[in-house]
Amino acid sequence: MKPVFFLREALRALKRNAIPSFAAMATVLVTVLVLGVFIPVVQATTGAANEVRGKVIADVYLKTDAKRADIERVDRLLKSEPMISKVEFISKDQAYKAERERNPKAYELLGSNPLPDTFRITPGNPDDIGKIRDALAPSAPGGGRTVVDPAIDEVRNREEDTNKILAVTNVVKITMALLAGLLGIASMLLIANTIRLSLYARRREVEVMKLVGATDWFIRWPFVLEGVIVGLFGGVVAILLLAVVKIAVVDPLAADFALIAAPETIDFPLLIGLLLVAAVSVSALGSGLSLRKFLRV
Amino acid sequence: MISFSGVEKRYSATDAALDGVSFDIFPGEFVFLVGHSGSGKSTAMKLLIKELEPTAGEIRVAGRDLAKIPRPRVPYYRRNLGVIFQDYKLLPNRTVYENVAYALQVTGGGRREIRDKVPDILRLTGLSTKLHNYPDQLSGGEQQRVAIARAFVNHPPLLIADEPTGNLDPETSIGIMQLLYRINQTGTTVLVATHDVAMVDKMRRRVIELADGRKIRDEQSAAYAAAESTREFAVRMRSAQG
Repeated sequence: MKPVFFLREALRALKRNAIPSFAAMATVLVTVLVLGVFIPVVQATTGAANEVRGKVIADVYLKTDAKRADIERVDRLLKSEPMISKVEFISKDQAYKAERERNPKAYELLGSNPLPDTFRITPGNPDDIGKIRDALAPSAPGGGRTVVDPAIDEVRNREEDTNKILAVTNVVKITMALLAGLLGIASMLLIANTIRLSLYARRREVEVMKLVGATDWFIRWPFVLEGVIVGLFGGVVAILLLAVVKIAVVDPLAADFALIAAPETIDFPLLIGLLLVAAVSVSALGSGLSLRKFLRV
Repeated sequence: MISFSGVEKRYSATDAALDGVSFDIFPGEFVFLVGHSGSGKSTAMKLLIKELEPTAGEIRVAGRDLAKIPRPRVPYYRRNLGVIFQDYKLLPNRTVYENVAYALQVTGGGRREIRDKVPDILRLTGLSTKLHNYPDQLSGGEQQRVAIARAFVNHPPLLIADEPTGNLDPETSIGIMQLLYRINQTGTTVLVATHDVAMVDKMRRRVIELADGRKIRDEQSAAYAAAESTREFAVRMRSAQG
């Protein structure tokens, strides 16, 4: 009996205040639309940034006279280091072959193979690359570096490239996170404000209800349900529009642009689910909370 | 029924809207609270419905100390008293029927209860033909009748009215007063705040007068006619007007 009564009250209010209700719905619609476009863009961007960061590596060069036992020992050492996620061994011969292909004349001239055995290591977190280097080759008091294993000749992390990659991708990620945060806050404020306006027009009604002896929640429930309905309608229409855009524009393009189809991008059902839940809860909460001010009679 | 003892209400430190007012109203009485604008009538009314809290003193209604009612219980307290305002305070989006029904829905009244009680009370207030009109389609007197119907549909033991005839012409006012009198005859205590002294004189009921927040008069009319019927009451009111 009660929920039906509250729902009827909510529907009556929507019908009787068609214009403010429509404004609130339009606000939800536009906000969900913007978020729906922006979230995949943010994800594609951070995905791309992460891919670039995956290219941060360091090379561990062994001494040229390293024996098989030395190589195995260093391999174990590297694999036991928790910050390192991937260890790739490149033997002298593989390195020689690769380099000769790239620069046949110079290696013709050289005659012998000057290249050392190398371990190419990828850190779990690109930001740890400096620490890994320090762990394998701690700075010596004299200014140079020592090594933790006598078979290791040198550890190099291509410092300049690495620093650039880390700096740029960090800036991109932080900017995107900031933008996403701001957009989220703006959406909430926008929806809450629109709801407030439509409530303001009805504050006298709330006052009368209180004077007749209605409890706060008796007054509030229809407003909250109204918010749910507004959020649901705005959200559903926005999602339909998003689906149309996705099917008509993004999907055909995705075949050509690896970026859009990047595996990090959220899948569509999850995205619309999130947006719908957010739209409904923000507008329901907005209605319920904005009402608080007018309930103080 | 109502007891004010040393009630004081200050909106600012220097000036008091009510300054040490004490009086007792007994069950079944019909009492006028009179005074010029700014004398403290409305403040006293707002204190009674617990829209405001007194600065000092104690107010008791039906034996309950209002200061001891916690905020969440205020709605339940208000259901035990009918309130009528000068500006009617009807819900503009609802018909006459729905406005009265709302007072029952608030208390959890079911559909059957509403179907039983609402038409009855609307017949009593003479609105049977206006059930499905909206408030803006009614005259002032009719709107006030709806407000009275809403206030009385729960049959509260106490009815308070703040300037119920303030916006109405004398003839319509008599009709409203007649209605309040009829409600009083069912045993309900009625307290009416008004500045309409002529009306009060004709009614010949107990009068409490306020001026600048103090009680300056509290007297039973000498010619108090307790056993008057509603019709006799109306006839006398109209003739006195002539």
